[in-house]
Amino acid sequence: MLVSYKWLQDYVDLSGITPEELADKITNSGIEVEHIVYPGEGLKGIVVGKVESCEQHPEAEKLHLCQVDLGAESVQIVCGAPNVAAGQKVPVATVGARIANNVKIKRAKLRGEISNGMICSLDELGFDHNYVPKEYADGIYVFDDEVPVGADALPYLNLDDAILDLDILVNSAHCMNMIGVAYEVGAILDRPIKLKKPEVIESDQPASEKISISVDAGDKVSYYGARVLNSIKVAPSPRWMQLRLINAGVRPISNVVDVSNYVMLEYGQPLHTFDFDQFGSDHVLVRFAGDHEEITTLDGQLRKLTDEDLLITNGKKGVAVAGVMGGENTEVSRATENVLLEAAIFDPISIRKTAARLQLRSDASSRYEKGLDRNRVALAADRAAELLVRYAHATVLKGIVEVGERTVDEHQITMPWQKINQVLGADFTCEQIVGILRRLNFIVDVEDETMHVSVPARRFDVTIPEDLVEEVGRIYGYNHIPATLPEGTSSHASLTPYQKIRRRVEGLMNSMGLTQAYTYSLTSKENASFYVVNNQGVEPTQVVWPMSEEHAALRQSIVPQLINVAQYHLNRQMPDIKFYEIGKVFLPVKGEARPAEEEHLAGIITGKRTERNWEGESDAVDFFSVKGIVESLLDSLAVGDQIVYAPSKREGMHPGQTADILFKGEVIGYLGTLHPKVEKDYGLSETFVFELAIESLLHHGEADIKYHGLPRFPSTTRDIALVVKRTVAAADLDRVIRENGTPLLKSVRLFDVYEGSHVAPDEKSMAFSLVYFDPERTLTDEEVTIVHEKIVRACAEQLGAELRG
Amino acid sequence: MLKEKLLELREQALANISSANGLKALQEAQIRFLGKKGPITEVMKSMGKLSAEERPVVGQLANEVRKLIAARIEEKKADLEAKLLEMKLEHEKIDVTLPGRKIATGSPHLLASIIQEVEDLFIGLGFSIEEGPEVEQDYYNFEALNLPKDHPARDMQDSFYITDELLMRTHTSPVQAHTLEKHKGVGPVKVICPGKVYRRDNDDATHSHQFMQIEGLYVDHHVRLSDLKGILTVFAKHMFGADREIRLRPSFFPFTEPSVEMDISCFRCGGHGCNVCKGTGWIEILGAGMVHPNVLRMSGFDPSEYTGFAFGMGPERIAMLKYGIEDIRHFYTNDIRFLRQFNRA
Repeated sequence: MLVSYKWLQDYVDLSGITPEELADKITNSGIEVEHIVYPGEGLKGIVVGKVESCEQHPEAEKLHLCQVDLGAESVQIVCGAPNVAAGQKVPVATVGARIANNVKIKRAKLRGEISNGMICSLDELGFDHNYVPKEYADGIYVFDDEVPVGADALPYLNLDDAILDLDILVNSAHCMNMIGVAYEVGAILDRPIKLKKPEVIESDQPASEKISISVDAGDKVSYYGARVLNSIKVAPSPRWMQLRLINAGVRPISNVVDVSNYVMLEYGQPLHTFDFDQFGSDHVLVRFAGDHEEITTLDGQLRKLTDEDLLITNGKKGVAVAGVMGGENTEVSRATENVLLEAAIFDPISIRKTAARLQLRSDASSRYEKGLDRNRVALAADRAAELLVRYAHATVLKGIVEVGERTVDEHQITMPWQKINQVLGADFTCEQIVGILRRLNFIVDVEDETMHVSVPARRFDVTIPEDLVEEVGRIYGYNHIPATLPEGTSSHASLTPYQKIRRRVEGLMNSMGLTQAYTYSLTSKENASFYVVNNQGVEPTQVVWPMSEEHAALRQSIVPQLINVAQYHLNRQMPDIKFYEIGKVFLPVKGEARPAEEEHLAGIITGKRTERNWEGESDAVDFFSVKGIVESLLDSLAVGDQIVYAPSKREGMHPGQTADILFKGEVIGYLGTLHPKVEKDYGLSETFVFELAIESLLHHGEADIKYHGLPRFPSTTRDIALVVKRTVAAADLDRVIRENGTPLLKSVRLFDVYEGSHVAPDEKSMAFSLVYFDPERTLTDEEVTIVHEKIVRACAEQLGAELRG
Repeated sequence: MLKEKLLELREQALANISSANGLKALQEAQIRFLGKKGPITEVMKSMGKLSAEERPVVGQLANEVRKLIAARIEEKKADLEAKLLEMKLEHEKIDVTLPGRKIATGSPHLLASIIQEVEDLFIGLGFSIEEGPEVEQDYYNFEALNLPKDHPARDMQDSFYITDELLMRTHTSPVQAHTLEKHKGVGPVKVICPGKVYRRDNDDATHSHQFMQIEGLYVDHHVRLSDLKGILTVFAKHMFGADREIRLRPSFFPFTEPSVEMDISCFRCGGHGCNVCKGTGWIEILGAGMVHPNVLRMSGFDPSEYTGFAFGMGPERIAMLKYGIEDIRHFYTNDIRFLRQFNRA
């Protein structure tokens, strides 16, 4: 909402308050003034001149030689405007003046003739061409007669104004009009506001003889009123009105159109004018449109309507889309003589839906949508009639023909006045509270502890006691309310076990050299289906109207996103990267639209293990690097010994270098090498990834720590080298050793794997270090040997292992 | 005679020891003079021939010579060892300015650091951390927050819908409603709710279709707007410096009444006006307000008994302001050169 500082002074005394101060006060009371525009900024030396004579330039067909009276002197000015004529009063940029775009006016010679200045068009004075009235669009501006010659022209063009741009939110719709802003500013400044009741001079003939109204639209039209105005002379509206409209961002058209726009800006009530001679009947019927009913609106567009749209008709066909836009068939033109003026209250939601569907948001529809003063509708009709009598010579027929109540009762709020202090934490007296509410022109009665507040209809946003708390708080100013700390029960808080463990996981990942990434949850459908831990091949959950194919589906895995991160770095000559991410994946649930959400941990590593340094180049990371990361993590979280790694085949992964990660027999993740085809597609070198359903694994937090006393007796270590077929997995040997070593065997560590000339081609040797220990005594050699031999036997029987000689 | 011999041996031995240029030579001298077949042993053995008067005198001298030689050998040995060690150390000298073998660590994401800092502050103030689903029911995302289906502040086009009733949550506020419901009408409720949210925006320098929010909620008997102001003052000073001031400006959110925006005094210029605060001296940080009675009621709390405050902030915005980050997309591009800079954040 563009608010003219000058116009506002019609209603509130702003003396002593600069536009900047006013803007600050409005902002601090709840409506943000986004910026202030000074339309005359930079202009200098523009005066009112009178064209005394105007002759053809002897050398140039399109130029005129004008003698212009500037008050103090009379000068010759060469003017190219087609509409210049003797007798006009015009804005003149004198020699030395500055016009728009900081252009300086100098004495000039045009085709041999001296020009002492320039007669200005509105564009040259900085007006936005889109708002310049048609009659001045292609030439100079011409004042009407009241302007004193020689005077500074800027005030007469409202170029001394300041325009405050108010950001109107849902709750400040009452400030979408000048009167509403006046009430607001009056309350903020604690100054009275001046409003004049419109005075309409009516003829004796009742309007009801010319028109009747019926409404058939349920509760969607709470009031429909119309006035009939005859013998109108359509002409440009007066200068003051044109300039106010321009400063409010509305292009002046003609007196009839301008008046309805002006009253909308002033009262907030949208009005519509029909050319009554084109109306086609003496009856207004407001109804829902039929399905597929069509109407051509003022902008020349054919609009297809639905049975949810409110339509103004003449009983047969549509003449306006209610609250949104008029019909072309009844548009007011230069030839219009008789006008039907509509002032109505339409349902905001209905208007919003229609405007949204037709993609036709107008000044009128946005006011209906956000709400307007229910009790100002007939006053607005009167105000328009008053102005049309004065500026369009209208004859106003007697009375408003109407359906519905002109006004409704004011809303009542009853509450203990102390509640305002309780909610704000303030210490107002009853008088202070009542005083602030009265500044807002609310009617307040206090009965002991209870306050009865009557809220004017223009403040439809104020309906409950909390709204009054806000009114008092914002007008008084939150800066004056103290800062306190809550007095309520002090409570202890801590992270949940899972939140704690998640922080540990982040720390462990960082300490293992992985940097944390945050990628998008929405990705392409293809990416969202790739690298899923469980239930591969399930269609991902998708959004209804994606903004792009890139962000159309909910990820089921984080790995594809991390592959993109790796590719990003590779493309920028950063080939050695280690990243991880913790975030939700979205797993479709059969028969339900809503996916299950699960937090996963995923990682990606590629390139060198460490940076090249003076000791030389380090090896590249490999499968065992990524496995080591996962193992270290799970060991640190005390679940490592419950995890099993099993070879697996997964789409997009290397078929021989991928392992499922199992916990209690359930697949909770995977790790391995990307399939060389994927690496090639993304231009990656060998790349290793993992993903873990960390939330389901660790949602209980970590197991309790169980303390064991330090050993009092020594342990015995024995190494064992076993030759097995290559197909035997390390994990199988490990398992058999452990199963047969209880209870004395305390740890098993694989320390050598050998394949080569010293064993058969289809065999390999694996060497383990076994530690035996009894907490109660020192073990004898014989005891250890018994267990050790049992282990060797079991390995031989179960896995065909032979002791290596 | 023996006495002279001993004295002579002493001189020979001492000369030998002092001229020994290595441990080996020293060891040879030791064997030569103190060995079982050495000359002093010989002297001791032949003492039987001496008279009773001479025997103790020579015996004492022999012992003294033996001790002296042994002591000198030990001294010389220590001396030689020290020299050897010195040589060894000299030999082992390295360029200590060469870089060490670093264990490369990764960096936490800046957003995670910011969120953690906020979480820790509020845990200290007695708030727990609540998280909620990112795919949310329309009811919790809007209706339970006083945004009925036809509310003008609600726009289908601003949200990623999955079905008519399901969408990617557009704010973390639905966690408020979930948490209140869980408490079944009994306070206090004190929670911080961080998480990802989604809006139908085109990604550019200042917009992101996915971003983070942190929501705060405190509902109890007698919670006041002044308490909100107090808590937010603590927050502002913690995050932006001890000399920050805050101001509350009236604003509008459907789920709070009254609603406010919180500004902090500019941490760059201290409030005199600069390009960070666009000359105003104040920077907008977050939105807040007193929980709307409809929200309390819908989630099972009696607004005549309970009041509360809520606030919501954007970690990206906080980070961008704090570090002068110019493009919100950096947070999701994950360029290592960006992320590493905030290792200590």
